[in-house]
Amino acid sequence: MKPRSLVSIDDLTTEEIIKILRLAAEFEKDPIRDILRGKVVATLFFEPSTRTRLSFESAVNKLGGKVIGFTDSSSSSVTKGETLNDTIRTVNNYVDLIVMRHPIEGSARYASEIATVPVINAGDGANQHPTQTLLDLYSIQKTQGKLENLNICMVGDLKYGRTVHSLLMAMSRWKTSFNFVAPEELKMPDEYKLYLRNLGLDYYETADLNEVINMADIIYMTRVQRERFSDPMEYEKVKNAYVLHDHMLSETKPGMKILHPLPRVNEINTDVDSNEKAYYFEQALNGVFTRQAIICTLLGLK
Amino acid sequence: MKNENDPKQLLVSAIESGTVIDHIPATTLFKVIKILGLDRIRTQITFGTNLDSKTHGKKAIIKIAGKFFEDDDINRIALVAPNAKLNIIRDYKVIEKRVVEVPDTISAIAKCMNPKCITNFEKVTTRFRVVSKKPVALKCHYCEKITDQERLEII
Repeated sequence: MKPRSLVSIDDLTTEEIIKILRLAAEFEKDPIRDILRGKVVATLFFEPSTRTRLSFESAVNKLGGKVIGFTDSSSSSVTKGETLNDTIRTVNNYVDLIVMRHPIEGSARYASEIATVPVINAGDGANQHPTQTLLDLYSIQKTQGKLENLNICMVGDLKYGRTVHSLLMAMSRWKTSFNFVAPEELKMPDEYKLYLRNLGLDYYETADLNEVINMADIIYMTRVQRERFSDPMEYEKVKNAYVLHDHMLSETKPGMKILHPLPRVNEINTDVDSNEKAYYFEQALNGVFTRQAIICTLLGLK
Repeated sequence: MKNENDPKQLLVSAIESGTVIDHIPATTLFKVIKILGLDRIRTQITFGTNLDSKTHGKKAIIKIAGKFFEDDDINRIALVAPNAKLNIIRDYKVIEKRVVEVPDTISAIAKCMNPKCITNFEKVTTRFRVVSKKPVALKCHYCEKITDQERLEII
């Protein structure tokens, strides 16, 4: 039988998501345990992603497991021309679970079909990054006390942002209403809007953050990158329109929280950091508990 | 008037029993042959191409003696010959007519249009879920991107 892997957020039923979030809450109360003693986890990072890798390694270490792996493909046999197929078949023999980050889309699904141990997708190109989505869900549930009927305001690069697409798909299970704030060139793609319409969910698009900011339960900020613009003048025009400042938060809902997948550049001014509505660093901590829950779920532990 | 059912005037000789695949676009005949693996069949096969079609342009026809296809097999040609019609022949008579239907999943026929998809980097058999049949839209099992009719390429 194929082991259970986590490649795409859609691999999980709503019940399974809720179970993982509940387990993450248990790990938050008591994160240091010996559940993974004697287990070895591989972190195969074919492209660097320090934050994600450290979060996984922290999760494993806190549970008493060991981590082996590489941090970018230049230090692996890929540089010698080894196929992904061969790498997975080999590493497979050494570990109980594989965490993989790879720039090629679909590589994680492929790896999960080859491997005889569970594979966790830690990002496959622009495609999926389900553990980010789960930690976002955990952060939303923890701060709002629920997932149902929330207003989520997504800001910035909604066209290429993998995290916002996955979060949209996942949150649509809980009757979310969405506000999309993006410059013309980086608007939410039609396929996601169609997806929401088919589910009968509301969304509203604007280029002006101030128009919708006070309705939000969650503001999900993303980076607007210069290289996404075909016309550099366009970037110069819009770059400051999608920056959050502390003074913009005065009329927002009291329980509102600001999330960001990090790394941040300048889209959240540092004067926001001390506001109690800033939640992005706690969000990163939640990633450790969520990943502990995911690893244990896939290994059938706990 | 030419009559295709008149044995004297058949452009491609009749078969005693087997399958006739008609209304294949002339441009995709060889793709159909490849998809159905006809190059590996040992019975008599005759085909004609660039024949005049009453409905659209130039068509091709294949007659395969002693061969009967399962729906799942024949539906694999739907991507390249969506209007193909099958006549099942026994004793020189058409005993059944069938049309092809785009299946729900497509394996090993189409190429994923996403240049960053793993199927374009390693020897991976492509797999798609058909998300729309007309026009055809395929969702890649691996990279989850949509390949639509215009960008559809047969391997």
